[in-house]
Amino acid sequence: MRTTNLFKRLSIGGAALWLTIFAVLPFVLIAGTSFLTRDEGTFVSLRFSLQGYAGIADPVFVEVLRQSLYLASGATLLCLVVGYPFAYTLARWRGRGKAVLLLLVIIPFWTNSLLRTYALVFLLKGKGLVSAVLVWFGIVDQPVSLLYTELAVFIGLVYTLLPFMILPLYASLEKLDNSLLEAARDLGANRLQTFMRVTVPLTMPGIIAGSMMVFLPALGMFYIPDLLGGGKHVIAGNFIKDQFLTARDWPVGSAASVVLTLLMACLLLAYHASSRRVHRHGAQGFDGGKA
Amino acid sequence: MSMLRRLLGLLPVYVFLYLPIAVLITFAFNDSKYSVSWKGFTWKWFGKLLENTQLMDAAVNSLTVAVLSASAATVLGVLAAVALYRYRFQGKRLMQSALFVVMVSPDIVMGVALLVLFMTLGLKPGFLTLFLAHTTFCLPFVTVTVSSRLAGFDGHLLEAAQDLGAGEFRAFRHVLLPMLFPAVLAGWLLSFTLSMDDVIISFFVTGPEFDILPLRVYSMVRLGVKPDVNALSAIMFGLTVVIVFTSQLLLRRKR
Repeated sequence: MRTTNLFKRLSIGGAALWLTIFAVLPFVLIAGTSFLTRDEGTFVSLRFSLQGYAGIADPVFVEVLRQSLYLASGATLLCLVVGYPFAYTLARWRGRGKAVLLLLVIIPFWTNSLLRTYALVFLLKGKGLVSAVLVWFGIVDQPVSLLYTELAVFIGLVYTLLPFMILPLYASLEKLDNSLLEAARDLGANRLQTFMRVTVPLTMPGIIAGSMMVFLPALGMFYIPDLLGGGKHVIAGNFIKDQFLTARDWPVGSAASVVLTLLMACLLLAYHASSRRVHRHGAQGFDGGKA
Repeated sequence: MSMLRRLLGLLPVYVFLYLPIAVLITFAFNDSKYSVSWKGFTWKWFGKLLENTQLMDAAVNSLTVAVLSASAATVLGVLAAVALYRYRFQGKRLMQSALFVVMVSPDIVMGVALLVLFMTLGLKPGFLTLFLAHTTFCLPFVTVTVSSRLAGFDGHLLEAAQDLGAGEFRAFRHVLLPMLFPAVLAGWLLSFTLSMDDVIISFFVTGPEFDILPLRVYSMVRLGVKPDVNALSAIMFGLTVVIVFTSQLLLRRKR
């Protein structure tokens, strides 16, 4: 009997303890730090202040935030536009080799994103392949470098994060019940109507999950604008990094992290609301065949 | 015919995903320092990697951290998955939420949050802090991998084991663990990959004395394009392909 309880206690306690110290506590500390005062010697002193939040209300941060929201939402939209038809075709694939096709999306998902960013630097630089191809087709006269442009940053974000959009989309499209599409068509809906009023609402959890997995990292991956944007395009990640490592202003950096975390919480709520809606409708309306 | 058309529809995305990597790897074998054009096949950049002691040290450090934190994350993650599957306990929802939050929070936030934690605890940035951080962000991935296999598990087998007199641990050791083994191994492999690839979190939690591969690569890449970076990338990409392929095979295997 004693070993019984010991195993149970260890399995619950081990993970619970670890998560409390290394997952919950750090977030509490960041939230706390955002309300403290900056101190030259010890980073922060234990005096309440709103300096951190005043710091991010500063026009400099507002501009950074505007720019990173622009880059991140642009990248998310591009990933969605490219990823949705792709995931749709892959999920409806009825032939052989589906596992291989899927694996070919999973591999980039796990490949080092820094390495993939470097691959783009290699392609886009002045004497890189893209420039050579443009010259060869006569689109430009002389070798051009696409590096350090806004376009390069967009390409970098989409290239790195596209698998993060495709996989959640694929998961929800895979679950899509074909008979619902047939029913819609039988009831006289054309292809566009079926898509907009059946497919899209039912895959909304996948759309939101995918968007979240692109949008949030896109705000933080400071090395993409660093390497591809040449420091001209900064995102929230660069700002936070600089506050912690260069400017040494922890309260401001923490306040910016809190803002990012709140943004994440909003997206999570949207995700839960939409997946609950899909499940509820599923249970009431069309469950018969599925359960 | 329509299948061919569908494949052609998928093709542009595959080209987009793989062309840059393919070009990068090809030029790891190019016999020219400036990689402008093809000057013939060579292995010499791989040889240069071996001579670069700084890089080799960083690689050893990275492998050490990856093996140790993947193992710790696997132990904790498997226990968490089993606890969530088998038991009702206070704070169960909280544990699930914490796992989920770790998995979805932006790396940058995790990185600075752990930095503040380690500074508060007075830990010097280096091996230990890296190990703790990597174990933390790998843990939920193990739990998710193992949980998805547990979802299809027939609970009667555990009841049978207990009717036959096995305690909780023996039931876990002899019934659950053998069945979960492929998922456990897959979880370990994925954690290893995550740890080897992490840039952002490591950036905040390591110190100058303990250099690791991704950060070494970052500083090399910032200095510009060099063929030995290509060679290194080729090796790292090859390793990822092997690991992901193996883990997918393991997850597919039915008992």
